[in-house]
Amino acid sequence: MIEVRELTKKYGELVAVRDLTFTVGAGRIWGLLGPNAAGKTTTMRILTGYLPATSGHATVAGFDVFEKPDDVKRSIGYLPEVVPLYLDMTVTSYLAFVAEIKQIPKARRKAAVARVVESAGLGDVSRRIIKTISRGFKQRVGIAQAMIHDPKVLVLDEPTIGLDPAQIREIRELIRSLRGEHTILLSTHILPEVTQICDGVVIINQGRLMASGSLADLAASFEKTDGVLVRLHRSGPEEAALFRGLPGVGKVAVEGDEIRVEWNRGRDLRDDVARLVLDKGLGLKEMRSVAGIEELYMKIVAGGLEQ
Amino acid sequence: MRNIWSLVKKELRTYFSSPIAYVVIAGFLLLVGYFFYSLVSWFNAAAIQMTQNPYYAQQVNINEMVFSPLFHNMTIILILVAPLLTMRLLAEEKKSGTDELLFTSPLSVGEIVLGKYIAALIMWVIMLGLTALLSIFAFAYGNPELAPWLTGYLGLFFMGALFIAIGLFFSSLTENQIVAAFLTVVTLLLLLVLNWATSSGGGSWKTVLGYLSFSEHFEDMTRGILDTKDIVYYLTFSAFGLFLTHSVIQSRRWR
Repeated sequence: MIEVRELTKKYGELVAVRDLTFTVGAGRIWGLLGPNAAGKTTTMRILTGYLPATSGHATVAGFDVFEKPDDVKRSIGYLPEVVPLYLDMTVTSYLAFVAEIKQIPKARRKAAVARVVESAGLGDVSRRIIKTISRGFKQRVGIAQAMIHDPKVLVLDEPTIGLDPAQIREIRELIRSLRGEHTILLSTHILPEVTQICDGVVIINQGRLMASGSLADLAASFEKTDGVLVRLHRSGPEEAALFRGLPGVGKVAVEGDEIRVEWNRGRDLRDDVARLVLDKGLGLKEMRSVAGIEELYMKIVAGGLEQ
Repeated sequence: MRNIWSLVKKELRTYFSSPIAYVVIAGFLLLVGYFFYSLVSWFNAAAIQMTQNPYYAQQVNINEMVFSPLFHNMTIILILVAPLLTMRLLAEEKKSGTDELLFTSPLSVGEIVLGKYIAALIMWVIMLGLTALLSIFAFAYGNPELAPWLTGYLGLFFMGALFIAIGLFFSSLTENQIVAAFLTVVTLLLLLVLNWATSSGGGSWKTVLGYLSFSEHFEDMTRGILDTKDIVYYLTFSAFGLFLTHSVIQSRRWR
């Protein structure tokens, strides 16, 4: 549904996006993940036709972004990072205006507004003036305007930024409920957002593609080793030495009050680790898997990984 | 065309849902009303004196003594009013990020520029229409000629069309409304006084400056003379302003 090939965008000397290539399949939710200033917003602005690219190709819903911009604009709904609201309008009149400039025929506009008010949960505030509603509702109005012409593709730039935890959960629920009807590309710099609502991810840093694919594939291909973090009553070098004695165990290291135990992917030593802890009476407090994608992301953000 | 109209409606709603429209219209009417009142009072006094003398009695003319100066005064007020109508148009969209909504909707840059322009022009027509009500008194109690009055108003309309195009251009340059308004005032004042230099300078320079200044093109219209040269001046310079605005927006996106 979204195809990007060798996309490059330069602002003068500064290269914001360099040779970016990725694909998002229909009906999926994909995350565009990267630290701040990685080129996420620039990529989205190019896809939505706000900015032209310096070179490369991009197609959305089968239309070339540069050759058929109007067709692309009709099949894409976009929530920019700064929600584009006219603060003096009421929620309904704002949505009606958006419906008009998205060229929804007059006969169907009212129904379109009612539909997004309903699906974005704006019923209680629909008659209020936008500047008087809360940040969370403003964000919902932003998502509602993106959906108003029932686009095949939704591009959401940092949809949960600046919201409180309850609002974040609500917006994530809302986005998750759109899966299947729309292809969604959302950008974020928060990893849990990706692992909670996305099917796949494109990780970029400094304008370059670092990794892309479904979450499971990525974790499998990037992590040659599997492992657990164990927190014990005492997590010192003596305990670490005990784990080192287990057959098949690779690296063992003390990290703060936890011990990291790793082994080569393909076998599972979790039971062995647990049995050892119980047999020796080490006082288990916590044991969890090393999260593959999180590791990967931290390495990318720290700049320690080049694909 | 339908897209332009959608934008025009939205802009007009914005003018009237904030205090801008009411404050600007009220202030404009107050000033024009005061000028009209003082010109009519002066005209009454002067006319009584002039009719004593058979030679001057011929020259008592309400068009030249009331409307012509009134129209000139209105252009001066317009120099201050036009920036208030235009400063917000594009600067505000950019500042609040709503330009991203407009430019990612199936609208062309031309449609966006024209929508904004026409909305501000409609505001100007409303303001002109309201001042025309003042003239009802002159027509009811005197006998001014209709033709110079009509061409005067036509001139004011063109003047507004030019000023708004210039204001819109400056609004496209910055996201700061005050900067946009100030640059517009400076430019309009310069265009007003350009022909003053023509009295000292000479040759082709004088002709060029005289042509660029809008005051010379307005002069004839207040006297009931409709010259295509003047109309061409207003139309080309307004169109040029819109073209520059269009180019600024395009170039910003391509940078």
